[in-house]
Formats: sequence, structure tokens, C-alpha cells
Amino acid sequence: MSKELMKGNEAIGEAAIRAGCKLFFGYPITPSTEIVEYLSKHLPKAGGTVLQGEDEVASINMCYGAATTGARVMTASSSPGFSLKQEGMSYLAAAELPVVVVNVNRTGPGLGGLGPSQADYFQCTKGGGHGGYRQIVLAPSKGQELYDFTMEAFDLADKYRTPVVILSDGFLGQMMEPVELKKRPKADLPAKDWVVGGCKGRAKRKVASYSLTNEIGEVNNLHWEAKFAEMKDSLQRWEAFHAEDAEYLIVGYGTCGRIAKSAVLKARRQGIKVGLIRPITLWPFPEEAFANLDGVKGILTVELNFGQMVEDVKLAVECRTPVYFHNRLGGMLPSENEILRKLGQVFDLAVEV
Amino acid sequence: MQRVFGRPKGLTELPFHYCPGCTHGVIHRLIGEVLEELDIIGDTIGVAPVGCAGFSLDFFACDFVGAAHGRAQAVATGIKRALPDKIVFTYQGDGDIAAIGTAHSIHVAARGEKITSIMVNNAVFGMTGGQMAPTTIGGQITTTSPYGRDCALVGAPIDMPKTVATLSGAVYVAACSVDTPKNIIQAKKCLKKAFQVQQAGLGYALVSILSTCPTNWGLSPADSLKWLQENMLPVYEMGELKMTEEVKAL
Repeated sequence: MSKELMKGNEAIGEAAIRAGCKLFFGYPITPSTEIVEYLSKHLPKAGGTVLQGEDEVASINMCYGAATTGARVMTASSSPGFSLKQEGMSYLAAAELPVVVVNVNRTGPGLGGLGPSQADYFQCTKGGGHGGYRQIVLAPSKGQELYDFTMEAFDLADKYRTPVVILSDGFLGQMMEPVELKKRPKADLPAKDWVVGGCKGRAKRKVASYSLTNEIGEVNNLHWEAKFAEMKDSLQRWEAFHAEDAEYLIVGYGTCGRIAKSAVLKARRQGIKVGLIRPITLWPFPEEAFANLDGVKGILTVELNFGQMVEDVKLAVECRTPVYFHNRLGGMLPSENEILRKLGQVFDLAVEV
Repeated sequence: MQRVFGRPKGLTELPFHYCPGCTHGVIHRLIGEVLEELDIIGDTIGVAPVGCAGFSLDFFACDFVGAAHGRAQAVATGIKRALPDKIVFTYQGDGDIAAIGTAHSIHVAARGEKITSIMVNNAVFGMTGGQMAPTTIGGQITTTSPYGRDCALVGAPIDMPKTVATLSGAVYVAACSVDTPKNIIQAKKCLKKAFQVQQAGLGYALVSILSTCPTNWGLSPADSLKWLQENMLPVYEMGELKMTEEVKAL
């Protein structure tokens, strides 16, 4: 199959069209704008609808409305805009509506800058909106994964009736890479027997998240808790790279995971047994990847934030081996040599860079 | 024996649990009658707001979606864009449509979104217990304007239908009241037209209806109607504020 050279953001747009996305509601924000631009150009030709909302709040709520009809729907934004969507995300989770939401993470806090960042990890994985919900978060690390994960996100959203976040960043979104435009995989999905669309010939349906009594509220929350537990058990995914015999593990997702691979290879050439765990699902966090730490002398987590995923790494590791942290901030990226130097420093290894 | 009066098919059997004297029930009934008369119950999706009118999702016989506070028109936009052949309406209070949801109220009209919005204006936030709304009139006492609304400090009330009528995508805008039988009949005519406008695909239609809130106004139902007539009717422009030629031809 032929490959096309595309910007990461464009790969997301193309994957959405091929996944059967019929509606896109969005508001332009750098560095995610190519997604709404690409879809504005191509989705109508594929029989879909693109509507630029008056703001991010409108866009996510338009997604909410469209999702109640069973149509495949997506929105995309970058950090400050993603913040504005959080009220809507909470409602999507509560009303159990399948929507794919892309966050092309830029730097912050506040208006921040346009460079890559991973500082929205907490916001995406711990529930950026109110009320204590969970949502699937996928972390691609290259153009092909932006395409593949976007396509799969629609199936996961439908399967679990949940919003799914694609957590990209300004680096992945803007970079051009060859992408194989795969066909949509056949998925075995449950019937959408809950959608609204006119009650002719059937009983009236409601899609809402209101629970007026505490008794109903508890029943609803127990339902969500069970659903989140099922997702946590069945969805954990990660890439293990030279991890089998590793004495030192790097943990990094997305862009950091990608850079860390080079550091692993360089260390291996020097005879140092370094491996990588690259979480692919950030929620559920792949705790299972850390089940067996026999022979692991320590872990170095690399992120583009003050230290967010490292908390989940520590929870998974449960103090069985020391966990260290390295970061770059404000749009800067670590180099493979920088990661290697840090490994040498914290684990007292003689590394050549 | 022939039955000459009953509950319209557009409503469910569930008894209203709005406060005594509140006119939500009257307005619900009018919409229920319109849904039945136009034979669109099975093709309609309603969108409920947050606030007292949030209860509406249980009272209408059609499919219903509950939205976040102020977002009903954005949600309705998503539904209508996904199902352009269906009838979609929002039922919102003045707080929902004229305070927290203002951006959507303006832009849904600017886009000429082919939906119908019903705004129920009782000049207070009802469900939270009678706080000041953007529609609270000058001097009106509420729990957050305990000395009366001071327009010099917080501005004068917003006449939302008048504002919306300035936008080209809004093809039908009516301001009604349900304080007298005559006005109830007029409100029903306007509601029916607002749905017919959508059936004809002409653009956005808004019907605002003045309503009472005896509980939060601290008045009896009868005195509430009198208060509405004396205090709200002079402030809010009434009537069919905007009707394009195409709507007139319906």
C-alpha cells in the first residue's frame, strides 16, 4: 500500500474521514488548526459536515448533540481550547456519548506557547472537567500512529460509549511523515439502541445526565465506576522496546517515547542494558507493563512537564525500584544524549555521548 | 360520550411537578398541543436546559436530550446538523438563554440554524432560589439584589428577542405572555408558527414567553400574574417582532 507524506494533523483528519466520521465541530487554534482546515476541505466531499463553532464550548456541545443521534463525530483543539471543552467532556462522559477529541498539546500554563508539551497529561487522564470521570486517552508518537489511533478511537468510543482523547503535541501535529492510509478495520460494535432521532414506532428516549436524588446519583455512579474498572482491565496498552532484559527502564510517551528509543539504542551499543516502556494508553495507564520488574535496577521517566505521568509510574512500581525523572519545558525537547547523560548520572553509569 | 378536552399527545402522562402557579405547565401544554397538531411528535427531538425547565425532558412525549447549562442551542445545532430532516427545539429559561448561554443564543441565530427555541422569562433564576437574572427588571428584589436591581451598577435587563431579531438568520422572533387566556391563545399561534418555520426550513425561530415564578417572587399565583402585567409587560416589547416575507407567506 502506498504511503503519503502528510502533516501529523492532516493524518488525523484523513483517518477520521476514513473511519466514517460524519461531523466535525471545531474552533481554530495553533498548533491544531490543520485538522479543522483539512476536514473543512475534505469532509464535505465525503458526505460529511464541518461547522466552525462560535467557540470551543459550542464546538464540544455540538459534538454532544450530534453524538446523541449515533453519528460519528470529532473535535480537535490545543491546550487552552481543550480547557474550554472540559465542561462538555464531563457531560459526554456522564451521558456516555462516543466522541473523539484531539488535543494537540502546546505549552502552558495560561496562553503559553505553540511548542510541544505534555503538560495536559493530568487534565486528560484524571478528568479535566468536574465530577470524577475517566476517559480513554491514546498517545501516538508518530504520523502512522496519529492515523491508526484516530481510526481506532472511533471504534473504542462506540464500543465503550465514551469520549476518547487523542493526546498529540505541537511537534507531532506539525511534522510531516509518510503515512500508510490503511482501510478502516472491521470492528464488532454494539448496536446503538440508545440514540435519539424521533420516537416514531418506538418508546421515547432520553439522553441526559441528571440525577435529582442521591439514591439515583449513587446508582449512576456505581454504573460508571464499574464501566471505568472494565476499561481499566481490558484496555491497557504499551510498547516495550528492549525491555525484556533491561536493567534500566526509560518510561516516556508520545514524542518523549520516540526520542527515548534512540537513547535506548545508543546505550545498548555501549553494552548498557536499557529498555523503554512507552505507554500508548495514558488512561488506563498500563500498570501491567510494570508487573515484573525482576532485574530492573531503576526507572527514568522522561516528560515535557513538571512531572505528571511519573506519579502513575510510581503508583505502578510501588517502590520496588527507584524512579527518577527528567524533563524539558516550554516547548523544548530532550535530545537522546541528554537522556543518556541523565541515565548515567542517576544510575552512576559510564555513558558516552 | 365524546371527549372534548384532554391531555395533548405531545405530553407524557407524568404530572407536572412545577410549583403551584408557575406557568411552565401552561407553556408545556401549548407546545404539546402544537407537536400533536403538526403531527411531529415522532419526528421531534427536544433539548432541555439546566434550571426548572430541565424537568421538561420527562414531560414531552418526543425524544429528549439534556444539555449543560446554557448549551442547549449548541447541542441542538449538533443534533440538527446530524439529522437535518428532523424537528429540533430547545426549551430554555432566561438564565440559560440570556446569561450563561448568550454566545450560543446569538450565533445560533446568526447562522440561521434551522431549529426552534423557546425562551421562558420569569425574571429570576428559579431553580437556584430566586437570584438576579439578566432579565430581572430595575428595582426588582431578588436574593442577589436584596435592595432591588440597581441598573446603574449591574445594567438594565436584556430584551433577548429584540437582540436576536437584529440577526439575519433569525427569520421569526415572537415575544409572548401567558398571563391571560387571550395571550395564551396568541402564544400558541406563535409557537405553532415557530415550528412551521422549521418544517419549511426557513431559518431560526425564537419564541420568548413571559412567565411567573410565585415561589421566588413571594407572591400568590394570582398576584404573580398581576405583577407580571404591571412590571414585566412595560419593559419587554411584545408581539411578533420579526417575520420575514417567507414566514408571512406560510
